[in-house]
Amino acid sequence: MDVVIGLEVHAQLLTRSKMFCGCATTFGAAPNSQTCPVCQGMPGSLPVVNRRAVEFGIRTALAFNCRVNEACRFARKHYYYPDMPKNFQISQYEEPLAEDGALEIDVDGASRTIGIQRLHLEEDVGKLVHEGTLETAQASLVDFNRSGVPLMETVSRPDLRSPEEAAAYLRAFRAVLVYLGVCDGNMEEGSLRCDANVSLRPRGSSELGTKVEIKNMNSFKNVQRALEFEVRRQAEALEAGLRLVQETRLWDAERGYTRSMRSKEFAHDYRYFPEPDLVPLRIDRAWVDAIRAGLPELPRQRRQRFLRQYGLPAYDAELLTHSQALADYFEAATGELPQAKLVSNWIMSELLRVLPADDEAAIRAAKITPRHLAGLLKLIEDGTISGKIAKDVFQKMVVSGEEARAIVAREGLTQLADEPALAAVIDQVIARNPKAIEDFRKGKTAAAKALVGQIMKATQGKANPAIVNRLLEEKLSKI
Amino acid sequence: MPDAERPPMISREDVLHVARLARLELSEPELEKMREQLNSILTYIDRLKELDVTGVEPTSHAVPMVNVMRDDVVVPCFPRDEMLANAPDRVGEFFRVPRIIED
Amino acid sequence: MTDTPIHELADAYLRGETTPTAVTEAYLARIARLDDRLGAYLTVTREQALRAAAASDARYRAGTPLGPLDGAPLAYKDVLCTRGVRTTCGSRILEGFVPPYDATAIERLGAAGAVMLGKGNMDEFAMGSSTEYSAFKPTRNPWDLARVPGGSSGGPAAAVAAGLAAGGLGTDTGGSIRQPAAFCGIVGLKPTYGRVSRYGLVAFGSSLDHIGPFARDVTDAALLLAAMAGADPRDATCVEAPVPDYAAALARGVRGLRLGVPDEYFIDGMDPEVERAVRDAVDVLRGLGATVERVSLPTTRHALATYYVIAPAEASSNLARYDGVKYGLRVAGAKDLIEMSSRTRAAGFGAEVKRRIMLGTYVLSAGYYEAYYGRAQKVRTLVRRDFEAAFGRVDLIVAPMTPNVAFKHGEKEDPLSMYLNDVFAVPADMTGLPAISVPCGFSAEGLPIGLQFIGKALDEPTLLRAAHAYEQATPWRTRRPSVPS
Ligand SMILES: [Mg+2]
Ligand SMILES: [Zn+2]
Repeated sequence: MDVVIGLEVHAQLLTRSKMFCGCATTFGAAPNSQTCPVCQGMPGSLPVVNRRAVEFGIRTALAFNCRVNEACRFARKHYYYPDMPKNFQISQYEEPLAEDGALEIDVDGASRTIGIQRLHLEEDVGKLVHEGTLETAQASLVDFNRSGVPLMETVSRPDLRSPEEAAAYLRAFRAVLVYLGVCDGNMEEGSLRCDANVSLRPRGSSELGTKVEIKNMNSFKNVQRALEFEVRRQAEALEAGLRLVQETRLWDAERGYTRSMRSKEFAHDYRYFPEPDLVPLRIDRAWVDAIRAGLPELPRQRRQRFLRQYGLPAYDAELLTHSQALADYFEAATGELPQAKLVSNWIMSELLRVLPADDEAAIRAAKITPRHLAGLLKLIEDGTISGKIAKDVFQKMVVSGEEARAIVAREGLTQLADEPALAAVIDQVIARNPKAIEDFRKGKTAAAKALVGQIMKATQGKANPAIVNRLLEEKLSKI
Repeated sequence: MPDAERPPMISREDVLHVARLARLELSEPELEKMREQLNSILTYIDRLKELDVTGVEPTSHAVPMVNVMRDDVVVPCFPRDEMLANAPDRVGEFFRVPRIIED
Repeated sequence: MTDTPIHELADAYLRGETTPTAVTEAYLARIARLDDRLGAYLTVTREQALRAAAASDARYRAGTPLGPLDGAPLAYKDVLCTRGVRTTCGSRILEGFVPPYDATAIERLGAAGAVMLGKGNMDEFAMGSSTEYSAFKPTRNPWDLARVPGGSSGGPAAAVAAGLAAGGLGTDTGGSIRQPAAFCGIVGLKPTYGRVSRYGLVAFGSSLDHIGPFARDVTDAALLLAAMAGADPRDATCVEAPVPDYAAALARGVRGLRLGVPDEYFIDGMDPEVERAVRDAVDVLRGLGATVERVSLPTTRHALATYYVIAPAEASSNLARYDGVKYGLRVAGAKDLIEMSSRTRAAGFGAEVKRRIMLGTYVLSAGYYEAYYGRAQKVRTLVRRDFEAAFGRVDLIVAPMTPNVAFKHGEKEDPLSMYLNDVFAVPADMTGLPAISVPCGFSAEGLPIGLQFIGKALDEPTLLRAAHAYEQATPWRTRRPSVPS
């Protein structure tokens, strides 16, 4: 069976004010403290379009090579839900902002082009807090702070062929948005939300199977897990000769399965019609060109440059450029210490051990700044500390935000490079370990390694390993 | 009868379906009366079919205007108490609604 | 004093002959005496009115009045939001709703010194042509209490006609300012769509809703419009164009103006007294130096049907928000949300509102959109083209406002016969063109008849100028009803 997946991503735009009113969009404010008659759908209130939201939409459309529609308008989409104050959502329907674009993704070293069908703007709904779970709650509480926050909905074509590809698409998609500065990409806070359409069809067939919509996947990991579950569920059902129903299913991350929403909940008749309170948009060439001129370097371009400019392996370039903050971090550190591969290694192995790669804000706010990291690596390079000590120092820098040099000085971690002093230590260790010397003579070269360990221990790890190795070799060869 | 001359007939089921979409509970007598009245209004409206509208662009705004937008500037929100003052039911700083899922 | 036009009141204030407080008190006293019989007001804002009048007094005393509307006591249709004053739209579903904001129009009149006497009665959510569909009480026509004042803005219209307000605000989605003005024998002006901000006007049909003044004479209508008109950043459909000096345009007369009389506005079944009065009025205008010619607006026959697709469709959408969650009525005892909303809406909306919500939901629903809404929007284009063609030849259209004079309470039981009353009114709403109704005579039974002028978009100066010339040449505005107390 072929897997056919299409993704619908809702991204919260990084505007200061809401889509149709001047209320702030700050996340986490006290309930119902960021509302006004417009975003609470009070009688007589009217929407007015936020220009920056439109510009962010155009910016994104250009990054995905979409056609920006010259004629574009808003429409009302009707359904009842208590978190949606007007009981219609101002969205776009027949005349979306942009159509027909593409996003290139890389999976297992191979590149694939995923079609983007359309991109449009709409308003978000409020937030419901259930007294218990949705199913068991006797009442729910409504907070309209999020109501009216600008959203950009982007619908991919059903070009994705596996859950891995879907996850790769989402990561690449997110990277573009973050680079463009139009979305913070934070899935946990709901800045990026993803629904999927999943179906299976006989290998090589071109007709689509029964389509199931999956909702409520609120992290990259969950998107992949939910899709893997759903693909397996559908495959098993089809193998068992069952017929699938077209439906919407919710991903339950805790229990690890998708479950059907009852049909009543999605038997919608949206009754779209042009929003009479808003006039159409005419997006002329000059406006689009001006926005195009301001486009930043995008993840793929940056990756190509990293390969070219820094000579990094493809894997490093890919990983570093997926996060704009990480790529910026790398470039800042490399600016201080132009040893790209060393910097890259430390970012990938150490920095990402303590910070999630997709948390742009955390990376930008890291106490260990790029200059600090470069400072630490310089100490390794000039032999002041060993790589092993450096890892301990790194941990301390992450917590305290101090410079490496300060920690090394305070804790006396400077490497022992004094050859007469080291020679004395080596002599003592040799004298204490006749058995190891005996073994070495018999040809057991591993015995030398044990001696190095003893020497490092005797110097609390501060001995310069290169010097220790050289001196020990000299002494052993004379024995 | 050709389509243009057939009066629209809206059935009891249609009325029920539309009432559900519109979140309106209709009593049994209301339902039948509604069906009759909608049929009579729709029959009147049916005269629109007399006109040839092929190639005519739709008018959704009386005065043609485009690109009316506001700058992305934050203005002070309304005080929460004012925004909650009309709530039929509230708990603290929230609006409260009865259970969402039907039994 | 309570039959003096606003512009004369302002002169009297300036001359110190009377004060805003004295006039406001006189109006409040008259309301207290007569409104039980008329039912023009849903809320009388006595304290607020006296405070505003006192502030106005002080400005006149200090020699710093705000302009011709300073101290003018007005009635506002209860569809306009008033900060801190309940706004019901004539509906149980908004009973007790107190908006935390003013409509832009009301804010601007307040800034010009106007005094709000109260909120006027109306057909529920402005749906109706008789003010019988108010959820609270009917309004009566001051010329004959057995008759309707027209609607949906019947409350403020009756108030102005009966001397219970010096002027007022109504809204016009399908004739709701001009038809009651005609029935009540006063001036009712529906400006160009977008000329006055709709912010704070509780929406019925958003692409058709207009705010406009009721007045004793055309001069007052011009002053009220001037204070409200102009761009508003809170309404994206509000027109940016500068606001002309409407009052200055009045004196120019009609000599040389080309007037078009549309054939389609004289129909079978029309009251012959109305036709006679309108034809006489056209003769008066010709006598004043206007040229008159016949024009044709062939889509008129379809305009009302178009209106009854578009307005209910938009209404069904605009009224979806009344669900018992955020404001207004909520019925108790429902077992879940859907039941709560469905029962709240069943209990909170009257029969006419339910009919239009059902009709509007139906014409937008899957499978019917193109046949109804899509087609209606195209016919709307044809209606607009009719007027464009006519305005290629004439400066103004002159026509009857209604096919008949005010009808009796309970006379129009069938919804469709009520709708047909607005057949001459809706084309101006659908096209957004400015239109005005001025008194042009009385029936044998003493009921007022309205003459309608329709102008080009944003050409209120020409509209007002012709209406003013006609008004000054005829005696109608001097006749006032006497309401038995
Ligand atoms: Mg959406
Ligand atoms: Zn707001």
